[in-house]
Amino acid sequence: MIALLLAQTIAITGGTVFPVSGPKLERATVLIRDGTIVAVGPAVAVPPDAVRVDATGKWVTPGFIDGGGQMGLVEIGAVPGTREAALQGDTIAAAFNVAEGINPASTLIPVTRIEGITTALAVPSGNLISGQAVLIDLAGATIEEMLVKSPAGMVVDFSESGKAEAGGSRAAVAERLRRVFRDALEYERRKADFGRAQMRPLSASAADLEALLPVLHGEEPLLAYANRRSDIETALRLAREFRLRLIVAGAQEGWEVAGELAAARVPVLVEPLDNIPSYDALGVRYENAALLARAGVTVALMETDTHNARNLRQQAGNAVAYGLPWEAALRAVTLAPAEIFGVAERYGSLAPGKVANVVVWSGDPFEFTTAVEHVFIRGAEIPLRSRQTELFERYRTLPPNY
Amino acid sequence: MRHALPLLLAVAGACATAGAHPAARPAPQAAAAESTSVNRPQYPSAYRRHPYPPVVIRHATILTAAGAEIADGAILLKDGRIAAVGTTVDAPPDAIVVDGTGKYVTPGIIDTHSHLGVYAAPGTDAESDGNEATNPVTAEVWAEHSFWPQDPQIPLAVAGGITTIQVLPGSANLIGGRSVVLKLVPARTVQEMKFPGARYGLKMACGENPKRVYGRRGGPATRMGNMAGYRTAFAQAEAYRRRWDKWNAEHQGDPPERNLRLETLAEVLRGHIYVQNHCYRADEMAQMLDLAREFGFQIRSFHHAVEAYKIADLLARAGTAVSVWADWWGFKEEAMDGIHENAALNEQAGGRPVIHSDSPSGIQRLNQEAAKAMAYGRRAGIPITRDQALRWITANPAWVLGIDSLVGTLEPGKMADVVVWSGDPFSVYTKALQVYNDGWLVYDRNDPAHQPRTDFELGQVPAPGSDR
Repeated sequence: MIALLLAQTIAITGGTVFPVSGPKLERATVLIRDGTIVAVGPAVAVPPDAVRVDATGKWVTPGFIDGGGQMGLVEIGAVPGTREAALQGDTIAAAFNVAEGINPASTLIPVTRIEGITTALAVPSGNLISGQAVLIDLAGATIEEMLVKSPAGMVVDFSESGKAEAGGSRAAVAERLRRVFRDALEYERRKADFGRAQMRPLSASAADLEALLPVLHGEEPLLAYANRRSDIETALRLAREFRLRLIVAGAQEGWEVAGELAAARVPVLVEPLDNIPSYDALGVRYENAALLARAGVTVALMETDTHNARNLRQQAGNAVAYGLPWEAALRAVTLAPAEIFGVAERYGSLAPGKVANVVVWSGDPFEFTTAVEHVFIRGAEIPLRSRQTELFERYRTLPPNY
Repeated sequence: MRHALPLLLAVAGACATAGAHPAARPAPQAAAAESTSVNRPQYPSAYRRHPYPPVVIRHATILTAAGAEIADGAILLKDGRIAAVGTTVDAPPDAIVVDGTGKYVTPGIIDTHSHLGVYAAPGTDAESDGNEATNPVTAEVWAEHSFWPQDPQIPLAVAGGITTIQVLPGSANLIGGRSVVLKLVPARTVQEMKFPGARYGLKMACGENPKRVYGRRGGPATRMGNMAGYRTAFAQAEAYRRRWDKWNAEHQGDPPERNLRLETLAEVLRGHIYVQNHCYRADEMAQMLDLAREFGFQIRSFHHAVEAYKIADLLARAGTAVSVWADWWGFKEEAMDGIHENAALNEQAGGRPVIHSDSPSGIQRLNQEAAKAMAYGRRAGIPITRDQALRWITANPAWVLGIDSLVGTLEPGKMADVVVWSGDPFSVYTKALQVYNDGWLVYDRNDPAHQPRTDFELGQVPAPGSDR
C-alpha cells in the first residue's frame, strides 16, 4: 500500500552530520546507493545522477531505534482482535516468535516513522517466558521486508507480573526458570530418548525447550524485564549460572546496581520518563539513564507506549535534562540499541556499508520545535504522510471537504 | 432555555473563602461549596496561605500569559500576591532576591484533569479510589472524600511547576461525582488544600467507558443508553430542584427530603457547579451540547476531546473549552483520530484549548506537552505564539475551573503562583527550578529544604540525590 520512492543514488548534502560512530561533521554529505550508505564526509563527490537532498542548516542522524514496545503487534489498545503480543496458554512461551503477528499495514508504522523512528523492537508480553522479540524496520510491504533480526532476544518477565505467572513468589521465578533451563539442556542431550518417550516429563514443551537452546548457548540474548533491584540481581545471578547473554529492560532501580551491571557488561533498555513509584520499583527516578551511563553501563532507550513510540525523542531529551550527556542520548537511540541487538555492523550509525536509515531534522532532534524533514529507510525516501496527516488535511478548515 | 440563577439562596459555608485573601482580591463569580438544598457548612476549605517573605525575581524573561513577554523583567511576590511585574519593580528591603538571569518566569501550571490522590501511587487496589463503579450515576460522591494528601505523586507534579489541579472522579460512570480544585501544597488534609472559593465540577463521561463497565451489569450498554441515562438523571434533578426552590421561597412545612445525588445535579442546573465532560468523539460532543441545552446548563469543558478539531467551530460557538492531550491516541477506538494539531486548530477556530494530563506522569511536564502542541500547530501553518501556548496550561485551565480572576496569569493582584524555569519552558531541556504557591516557596530544585516529601516516601523511597 505504501509506495516506497526508490531512488538508486541519493546525496544528502550540506548538513551537520552525526555519524554517531564518529565525531559530528559540518557541511557533510551522506551518499546512499541502492539502500546502503556508501560515503559520509565533507568531501564526498556527488555523482551527477544522484538525487540531491539539500540539508544545509539541517541535522542528519541515523534513524532512531526504539528498544521497546509492540510496533506492528497492536492496532487499538482496547480491541483484543487487534493485539498479537501476548500468547494465551502455557506460561513458558519460548517458542512464540512474534514476527508472524506483525501487521505491515498498521497505521502506527507511518505515524511513527515520519517522526524519525525508523526501527523498533517488537516485544511479546505476558507469561513468565513471553517469547521472542524481533527487530523491524518501519517500512516494507511484507513481514519479511521489515525484519531486521529475528529473534532479537528471549523475553523473560522478572517483575511483579512474572511473579504471578510463576506461582506467586519471586523465589519461584528463579526456580521455575532454572528448571526450564536445565530441562532444555537435558532435552538437547537426550533428544532421542525424548522422541521414544523414555524420559521423565519435562517442564515445558519440546518446542519451547528447543527455542531456549540458542539462549543457553549464548547465541541469543535473554531480555529480562526487571525493575526492582532484587529482580535485576536475580536476572544477573541466573545469567552467571547459565552463562547467558543478558539484557535488562525496564531497569527502574538499575541505578542502584549500576556497578554490578557495568561489571557484568550487561546493557540496559530504559524509559527515562519512568518515575512513578510502585512496589515493583520504589526507587524509580528520572536520573536512572544518566546514573547507569556514568557507571559505564551501555544504555539504550525505549518508549513503551507503542502508539507514541515517536516520543522516543522526548524520552531522550529528558534523559539529557536529567544528566545524560547529549551525545550519549543520541547513541542511546541509535548505535547503542544496534549493538545490544547485535546489528551494529548494519544499523545505528552513518558509515559506508550501513543500511541507509537516515533522518534529516530541522535542528536538534530532541527538541519539540524541531521537525523531521526527510526520512530514508533502506535508502528509500518515506513520504511524510500518515492517517493523522490525512485527518488534519481533511479538517484544517471547517466544514470539512468530504 | 437557561434557568435563572437563584442567587438569593442560602450561602452556607462562606468560611470557605476566609483567611487566605480578604478584601482586595476579586471574588469568584459564584461561591462554590454551598448547596442550595441545605443550610449548613459542607466540607469547607481550611486552606491558609503559608507565610513567606516577599520575593523579587530580577533579570528574567517573564511570560505573563496575559499577552506580554518581558525580556530582562522583574516580578515582586508579596503577601501571597503578585505585587508588581514589569521591566523593573520596587522591592521592599526584606525581600528575598532571586537572580533570574537566563531564566524564565511563568504563572503556576494548572491541570484541569488529574486523578492525583484518588488513584495514588503505589497503585495497588488499596489506593484505587477514583471510580465509584457501583452505579452509572453517582453524582453523590465527591472526589475530595477519596483524596489522599500523602500520594507520592504530588511532589513530582509540584516539581513540574504545577500549582493547582482539578481532581476528578474516574470515567466509569455516566455521572461520576464531584471534582475538587486543590492548591498543590503539602498538607495533612484535603481541606487544607481546597482552593478557597473554587466551584465544584461534575464529572460526566461519554462513550466507551460507561457502556463497557455497565453493559453486562444492567446498562447502559449503548451510546443511546448513555444519553438516556444522563437525561433521566437530569429530569429527576429538575423536579428536585423545583421542590427545593419552592420550599426555600416559602419555608412552609417540612423541607423536602435531601437526596445527595439530585442535590449535586440541581446545583448544576442552578449553574453553581461546572460540568466537566470526558468525551472523545466529535459527534458525541455535539450530542452532549444538545443535552446541556435541553436542561439549560453549560458544559464548561470537554475533556480528552481527541476529535474536538472536527467541530472546533461548534465548540467555540458554545463557549465550551476543550482539555486535550498533545498526542495521545489509539488506546481505544474512540481515541483513534487524535492528531497533534488538535489544540492549535481549536485556538484557530476561536475556542479555548487546554492541555491537560489525566496522568501522574504527564502532569510533570505539561509545559513539554504544550510545546509539542504549539510546535505541530506552527508546522501546520497555524501561528501559535508562546503566550498562547502558555495560556493552554495557565489562563485557560483557570477559566475552566472558574478561578481565572485569581490565578492563571502574572498580573498584579493575582495569587503569587509562579514558576521559575531554568530556560525556555518550551524546551525539552528546561526544568522548573522554583515553584511558588500563593507566595510560598513549595519547591526549589537546588535546595533540599524546599523539596517536601510525603509520609509514604520516608524510609522507603530514596531521597532525591541519594544513592540509597
